[in-house]
Amino acid sequence: MNRRVRLLVFAVGAAGLAAMFALAVAGMPPFGGAAHPYRDLAVPAALGHATANVVASVTFDQRGLDTLGEEVILLASVIGAAALLRTRPGEHEHHPLADPRQPEAVALVAYLLLPLILLIGLNLVVHGHLTPGGGFQGGVVLATGLHLLYLSGGYRSLRRLRPIEWYQWVEGASTLAFAGVGLGGLALGAGLLANVLPYGPFQQLLSAGTVPVLNVVVGLAVGAGAVVLLGQFLTQAVAEERR
Amino acid sequence: MNAALIAVALVLVAVAGTAVALTGDPGRQAITLSVYGLLLTLLFLVLQAPDVALSQLAVGTALVPLMVMLTVRKIGRRPR
Repeated sequence: MNRRVRLLVFAVGAAGLAAMFALAVAGMPPFGGAAHPYRDLAVPAALGHATANVVASVTFDQRGLDTLGEEVILLASVIGAAALLRTRPGEHEHHPLADPRQPEAVALVAYLLLPLILLIGLNLVVHGHLTPGGGFQGGVVLATGLHLLYLSGGYRSLRRLRPIEWYQWVEGASTLAFAGVGLGGLALGAGLLANVLPYGPFQQLLSAGTVPVLNVVVGLAVGAGAVVLLGQFLTQAVAEERR
Repeated sequence: MNAALIAVALVLVAVAGTAVALTGDPGRQAITLSVYGLLLTLLFLVLQAPDVALSQLAVGTALVPLMVMLTVRKIGRRPR
């Protein structure tokens, strides 16, 4: 395919996309207006299930199947990255005996921030059904926060305190647990990923039925998945050398 | 007031996006990408979407630039 044909294919595709996009935008409610058809359905549905954070209700209750799909996509991408970045024959993991010393101020700040950021991550996961945040955001915060260990203690301490095989197991098991919660609803005759647990009192920690359970499961899956991903990248960048 | 805030945030995102696209060196691009992610977080916040803003903050300003930097470091050191 030469340059002209490529340009032609691109032009046809771009024109088609532009036309469809314009049509879609023309059919949307005006920006910033008072008419929100989806909100008018989603908010009563969330309140009916005692879920204070409507976004969490949409993600884990009303459209739980979409989130299960995202979980599987995350699992697939982690498996793909782990397979591509694995130590191959001819490569060996080389562990630097002594880490290049971080400036002490950086190490100190990282050391002080580490517990704080892990706490923020846990807070986001646990209160996902009440306030903005949730398993996904909290999981990413936990995973990136954990890597402050690299800044404070270097690669060796990160390696010692972060056994990557465990995280691989957590990633797989928590995705399975998400599917298990979904199948639980099916087994009780309420439907796949139906909210079958008691809803509890509105705005309390124990409320919203399955939403906080799924938030914790997703927090584990996303946190472990991001740790595995970052761990593989870090191993490649810092510790692995071609023989 | 709110419309003005949204307009400012949109312009900032457009400028930062252009800056990311015009950054040639991938190592530097990780930094501009991180700034772009921060401005996008601001836009989501102004548009009253705190859940999305948190996701963008965690993924767009920390996780993705970190992966880009680690990849650049690995590739850049390769002898051949």
